[in-house]
Amino acid sequence: MLAASKKFNLKEFVINNNTFIILVLLVIVSSILSDNFLTTMNLRNIALQQAGPILVAIGLLYVILAGGIDLSVGSVMAVGATLSAILITDIGLHFTTAIGLTVVVGMLFGLFTGVLVAYTGIQGFVASLATMTIARGVAFVITDGRPVKVESGTLDLLVSKDLFFPIIIITVALIILFASIQKYTGYGRKVVAIGSNETAVQLAGVRTKQYIMSTYALSASLAALAGVFIAARSSTGSATVGTGQELDAIAAVVIGGASLMGGRGFVLNTVAGALILGLIGNIMNLMAVPSYPQDIIKGVIIIAAVLLQIATSKKERTI
Amino acid sequence: MSSNYIIEMNHISKHFGGVKALKDVQLNVARGEIHALIGENGAGKSTLMKILAGAYTKDEGTILIDGKEATVSTPKAMIDMGVSVIYQEFMLAPDLTVAENIFIDKLSHSSLFINWKDLKKRAKNQLEKIGFGHIDPNTKVGTLSVAYQQIVEICKCLAKDSKVLVFDEPTAVLTHSETEKLLKLIKKLKDDGVTIVYISHRLEELFKISDKITVLKDGDYVSTVKTNEISKEQLVTMMVGREIEQLFPDRKAVFGEEMLQVNNLHTKDVENVSFHLRKGEVLGFSGLVGSGRTETMRAIFGVDRKQSGDVIYCGEKVSIKNPKAAIKLGFGFLPEDRKKQGLLLEQSIRINTTLVSLKKNGYINHANEKTFVQSLLAQIATKYGSTEDNVNSLSGGNQQKVALAKWLAIDCKLVILDEPTRGVDVGAKTEIYKIINRLAENGIGVIIISSEMSEIIGMCDRAIVMREGVVTGELSKNELTENNLIKLAMGV
Repeated sequence: MLAASKKFNLKEFVINNNTFIILVLLVIVSSILSDNFLTTMNLRNIALQQAGPILVAIGLLYVILAGGIDLSVGSVMAVGATLSAILITDIGLHFTTAIGLTVVVGMLFGLFTGVLVAYTGIQGFVASLATMTIARGVAFVITDGRPVKVESGTLDLLVSKDLFFPIIIITVALIILFASIQKYTGYGRKVVAIGSNETAVQLAGVRTKQYIMSTYALSASLAALAGVFIAARSSTGSATVGTGQELDAIAAVVIGGASLMGGRGFVLNTVAGALILGLIGNIMNLMAVPSYPQDIIKGVIIIAAVLLQIATSKKERTI
Repeated sequence: MSSNYIIEMNHISKHFGGVKALKDVQLNVARGEIHALIGENGAGKSTLMKILAGAYTKDEGTILIDGKEATVSTPKAMIDMGVSVIYQEFMLAPDLTVAENIFIDKLSHSSLFINWKDLKKRAKNQLEKIGFGHIDPNTKVGTLSVAYQQIVEICKCLAKDSKVLVFDEPTAVLTHSETEKLLKLIKKLKDDGVTIVYISHRLEELFKISDKITVLKDGDYVSTVKTNEISKEQLVTMMVGREIEQLFPDRKAVFGEEMLQVNNLHTKDVENVSFHLRKGEVLGFSGLVGSGRTETMRAIFGVDRKQSGDVIYCGEKVSIKNPKAAIKLGFGFLPEDRKKQGLLLEQSIRINTTLVSLKKNGYINHANEKTFVQSLLAQIATKYGSTEDNVNSLSGGNQQKVALAKWLAIDCKLVILDEPTRGVDVGAKTEIYKIINRLAENGIGVIIISSEMSEIIGMCDRAIVMREGVVTGELSKNELTENNLIKLAMGV
């Protein structure tokens, strides 16, 4: 009897935590494959590298939870990277003001997509595809296609060791914030509910369109901030930043077990999904796998992770 | 060819989880007859038909089609054996033409390419065979009326050489004259040698066309009778199997002042609808599906746009632009389709129950919420495992209670219940009626839309009848009879 219930619990545990288990397995495999993996240096690099992708994936998760999709995140990252660089270098704003303004501009791109989706009936896929093109265009126009150097003593402080790597601290804080919003606030509850059954939520007296719009604004704001992080790490703002990042973000959300139909998914699982993708890239770099085969291997591993996800998540979960 | 029966289903049992859907049920249909299958909602008709169609697998029992045992139960296997089901929701592709839909599985005979001329000709033939040659095979199905879509669906089944056609409440979506045409067509199909299984709630229809009737009740087989050897009353007793007073609990009707008045309401679906409601009153809205009852309520609740007319609530003219505004005034609305409009099926019972009462965007205390949901659901005798279980793990009746509970969670002054007991078993029905009575006794105004006349008669103090978008009459408690309701609903 005791054994039976113990076994049952283990199964439940695996089902409820499959993304995290995949992540842990990957860490174990990686540390066996390469001695350089479990070093402070490498782990810090992973954290700094993945901070941006994690934020983008969290924003996208909110859009997907509400039943939408946002393809513009990669391009909005480019706007974030270039605009912050220009505001600091060319306009001479203090870097904190520049970051604030950049995030606001990013949010405007999201609002644009959100208004199209919520109030004109254009599908999220199409509306955000348009924003994706526009945002990338804007990034190239404002930089004239040339990378903009960021002066030292500004954005580079975000990756400074002496300040305990502000990027990592901000990212961890935002992960906790958005995980809590989903679980413990009416806003998060409504976003998930809308993705489950928009009609029912509407009939329950919720102005669903406003919520749908807000998820796009949130997603683009986080994408712009992620762009700033990349500018901070490379000390330049380039219009090519974030190319293809929307697909990595979708992959992270899916590996995290969220449903692309909306209504199911969790912030922490999505973070794990983003880390899984990041780790795969990292270990292949450590093992000196050339870049082109890396993509092939990454694709295969994504499929494997999602298959494992499907196989272990027969049972539905809710927040 | 040995057997007289084309369908022999015997000792059929089916469970969903721990819930019994069918127990030792039989259905024996003779070659060339029209065999009606009736029973209340939740009696197991649909389950039995889905087993016959191969959509569900039976737990026990045998199925013989034309004397041959059906061992594989997939839709394709059953179609190959000659059984086709015409569901209430048609299985048609709206953007394809009539011809393409009819021959969707055999667009071309042998070659790789479709011979459009031949396809059209074959479709035309098929339509003419049943007397609908005037439907153009080139029309897109989505542009046809519901009645004609049904004709296409019938042709599609006949094109598969089906020997047995099962109709699942085919007239629920049709107007009176369309119904007459369909019944005529069904008789013609019978003359052509097709066997018909006919499911309907409308007794008049069954008596018009069927040869035999099989009655199910609560998942049990009751009896099979010859139609000309039984009266309507006897049939109803077999279906309900209990006294009607027992089904509808007593209520002390005490009416307060007038709370809602609707004057000359116009929307794109209804015309000139006027009525009033008093506190503590249960007002019924009767009529056929599509008569404008739901549309009237949707307009009042702010879902559909009102073109003209006034809604006066507690003596004041109110403008309700969306459900949020309606809820603010104290209105509640239980929609007719709980799966599509009422519940978040893949979310927990707790989330569903608190959906309306969750007004703010701020912090949620999960523990408080849990206690609140538990006490609320206990009040209305809901059976569930844990508040964290998904709502789709519940039976139909308990799902409906959760859908209702989210309105009980706020202080509604007026509740509109659209088909409150659809797809709910008899026991849970009575419990839902008790909840409705309690609401009315607390001075809440209740509006019930129902297609079940017995429900209108048993529950309501007064009823409005609608037909094709207009109010055709109002019946007071002592005028509430099935006869009067039918007359007003049919416009005779």
